[in-house]
Amino acid sequence: MSEAKRTIRVGVYICHCGHNIGAVVDCKAVADYAANLPNVTIARDYKYMCSDPGQEMVQQDIKEFQLDRVVVASCSPLLHEHTFREALAHGGLNPFYLQMVNIREHDSWVHTDKDAATEKAKDLVRAAVRRVVLHKPLERRQVGINPNVLVVGGGIAGIHAALTLANAGKKVILVEREPTIGGHMAKFDKTFPTMDCAACILTPKMSQVRNHPNITLWTLSEVTKVEGYMGNYKVTVKRWPRYILEDACIGCQECIDACVFKEGKTEDAFNEGLAKRKPIYIPFPQAVPQTVVIDPAACIQLKTGRCKKTCVEACGERKAIRFDMQETDQVVDVGSIIIATGYKTFDAARMPDLGYGIYPNVYTALEIERLVNASGPTAGEVVLRDGSKPQSVGIIHCVGSRDARTNPHCSRVCCMYSLKLAHLIKEHTGAEVFNFYIDMRTPGKGFEEFYQKLLHEGVHMIRGKVAEVTDWALDPTEEGKLILRVEDTLAGFVRRIPVDMVVLSTGLEPQEDANEVRRLFNISCSPGGFFLERHPKLAPVSTFSDGVFLAGCCQGPKDIPDTVAQAGAAAAEALALIDANVQELEPNTAFIVQEECSGCKTCIPMCPYSAISFKEDLKVAYINEALCKGCGTCVAACPSGTIKQNLFEDEEIYEEIKGVLNYA
Amino acid sequence: MPKTSKTNPQGYLYFPGCSLKATGAAYEESMLELFRSLDVPVEELDDWNCCGATSYMAVDEDSAFLLSARNLSLAHKAPGKRDLLAPCAACYLVLRKTQEYAKKYPSIKKEVSDSLNAVNLPGMNSVKVRHPLEMLYNDVGLDAIKSKVKRRWRGGQVACYYGCQAVRPFDEVDRPLNPMRMDELMRAAGIPTVDYSLKTKCCGGSLTGTIHDVGVRLNYILLKEAVRKGAQAIVTICPLCQFNLDTYQKEITKATGEHFDLPIFFFTQTLGWALGGEIDKLGLKRCISGRSQVKDWMMSREEVESYV
Repeated sequence: MSEAKRTIRVGVYICHCGHNIGAVVDCKAVADYAANLPNVTIARDYKYMCSDPGQEMVQQDIKEFQLDRVVVASCSPLLHEHTFREALAHGGLNPFYLQMVNIREHDSWVHTDKDAATEKAKDLVRAAVRRVVLHKPLERRQVGINPNVLVVGGGIAGIHAALTLANAGKKVILVEREPTIGGHMAKFDKTFPTMDCAACILTPKMSQVRNHPNITLWTLSEVTKVEGYMGNYKVTVKRWPRYILEDACIGCQECIDACVFKEGKTEDAFNEGLAKRKPIYIPFPQAVPQTVVIDPAACIQLKTGRCKKTCVEACGERKAIRFDMQETDQVVDVGSIIIATGYKTFDAARMPDLGYGIYPNVYTALEIERLVNASGPTAGEVVLRDGSKPQSVGIIHCVGSRDARTNPHCSRVCCMYSLKLAHLIKEHTGAEVFNFYIDMRTPGKGFEEFYQKLLHEGVHMIRGKVAEVTDWALDPTEEGKLILRVEDTLAGFVRRIPVDMVVLSTGLEPQEDANEVRRLFNISCSPGGFFLERHPKLAPVSTFSDGVFLAGCCQGPKDIPDTVAQAGAAAAEALALIDANVQELEPNTAFIVQEECSGCKTCIPMCPYSAISFKEDLKVAYINEALCKGCGTCVAACPSGTIKQNLFEDEEIYEEIKGVLNYA
Repeated sequence: MPKTSKTNPQGYLYFPGCSLKATGAAYEESMLELFRSLDVPVEELDDWNCCGATSYMAVDEDSAFLLSARNLSLAHKAPGKRDLLAPCAACYLVLRKTQEYAKKYPSIKKEVSDSLNAVNLPGMNSVKVRHPLEMLYNDVGLDAIKSKVKRRWRGGQVACYYGCQAVRPFDEVDRPLNPMRMDELMRAAGIPTVDYSLKTKCCGGSLTGTIHDVGVRLNYILLKEAVRKGAQAIVTICPLCQFNLDTYQKEITKATGEHFDLPIFFFTQTLGWALGGEIDKLGLKRCISGRSQVKDWMMSREEVESYV
């Protein structure tokens, strides 16, 4: 007998969830009540509906009582809706003939009055029974997955994710906006706590990226537009001109020597402004690609068109220099995206009380990284601005971190890199080194051991937040020094410590344009501005945009080991998506009854997922179901009620409301 | 003449407070003379009362707010929509604090407005409270000052000292941590300034009268550092700072064996002098310390007439 010709038969199952529900709601009483509701054929209560016996009970009842619909009253559908839908499917019913009632989070967990809670459960079950009768059979749709992956950002996170995917045989496009990949890690001298040379472990991976047949590397490039949906993204990348043909340049750098500028005049960003570079340059010796680049803001030819072009002469037959290069937009199709856009360091000038930008011998930690580095501006000499070696150095932790005036968050890496710099400064100069900390945070593998080692090396650790770095001298020993005024909270008094050099351990902040990037990829931000993961524990590299994953410090401050682990996880998530080959889409999407649409376009700007477009030929709106997340905004906005949403049709909602109010 | 002036043609009201009528009389005299040189009309607020600062705030906050609110209401009621200048840093702070607290806390707002209504005085938050330093910097402008300089400074370098109250917690007068506007005004008037790291540190405030040793030591630190930086005088914007620094130099000299005899000016004195104010109207004779320098630099016939 077909459904239409007989009364629809509903099975109702009340779950005790152990004591979670059973201790507050009288489940037996709810089941007894439900058994007498119209359409209900069978109603039971059971200790754990999600257990195998619970699910089998549903399947058997479907067959035995020829059930058409099922109501399960248990926990939140977020947890077990999938479980019970599968149980229905195994029992031979369309999985969307299920309605769940949340009598745990919405009832037993938030009430103490047992009688009232039981009555509430009855009301909710009654509403579900009246609603489920109207449910329609729905089909999950499948979409194909483009196996190519876009990785945005060429720091260590992006490099590791790209290599992992490429080694698994997937094609990767790695987009980096700087002229070279390497990111912040390329600027570091050593890495804590093992004191590996940062370049020695990073540059081999950079070369692998350059040589890998599966990786397309685009430097001086930025993503400007993202369209499509999981498995089928269409991404527009703006590629700024390098003014050098990458294939023709062999990296001999003769053009740099030949440049009409005999001395560099432009601030060298790679060296944190501690050195100058020419308009034609290579960011650092191991840059990838190993190709020079011309800075259009500094090059005379590009600015005025009137230069002797000695660089072109030096390049000779290779003809790699092309002043007529233009920016281009390139469109790529990919199935998934890994965002690894990194961080920026806190601008120390925002705290003038610590003297950065006021006293020349106050440095940021990143500047010291360049000073201790053999390829840095001083070839590895840690010196003051006048070229002399410091006798004493103060390192101030938590600059721009854990501070109500700037950022509340802990930047996680500063304690350890401060210790590393303390060790390196001592090694390079023999200076007396003072660390000023709020708390020492050394939770990583080998971190606490490194801290203990530093204590044995004789680095002074002073617990106190430095009030100011100043030059006012109270007595002759302070003359010409930088004085750190600090309350030593272990010794219990205020100290004045004169030093020659101050290092500010600046914290990590989201990139300047994180908000634009967030909008571009349709992902969210945490309160501090770092990108938000889908779940802090169980989906730490996923985002709320399917097929878009996060890696590295763009998601929050982290050190290199954690960054690499996360990059690997993001690559694995992308691989899982690719190897599934197809992805099922939930059918709870909105659709437009085309004959009724007036073409007013009200819904189009409302959609947060850009899923609605306008069909010019038919003058009606159209919803791309692959993009629709079923939020219902357009349904509510449509003035003619033409947009409907599966599982949330007006009749279903009205019947549920009537049910909960016990309204005939 | 460069068109940079944004001064209100109606002029300004000013709230002298107790200091400007007593220990800080030189501040009032020189300020009025300076504004005369600049053709900026200023008028003393009629029927003003105690601003409610210092001990009031600590002992009886409610009364302090009411005292302050009455002054603000008088300014609101005065004809013309004129900003209220508060040269004393303590007055400035308490007037601004009263406005902010009445905005932020409904209970204070209610108490204040009930009391004001009882004496038939209308609202007070529409009045803009200004400090002359910021007003000179923003409304008159450096270019206008530069163009009106009449006398060439032959005195020593000065240290500009801002104190704590005018720049904190409100940041309207200048940047709280590294203020520079007084330095810029002095330089515009041809008076060289030194980098003075202690520019917002404590002058001792009323400690010189209560815990005298501590208060005097703080003054000693300020004086010593100014000298170390090559300053031969200190310029202030607050009557209490000026008083403390000016008054205890002999005592400090005696206690430390280090000789201090620096003139301590109000910024309106040096500025007023450079802009050609009448020498007798700048309160220069009221200086306690560094009297001979003041005479040499600013009061000898030759200096007075050394028009640029």
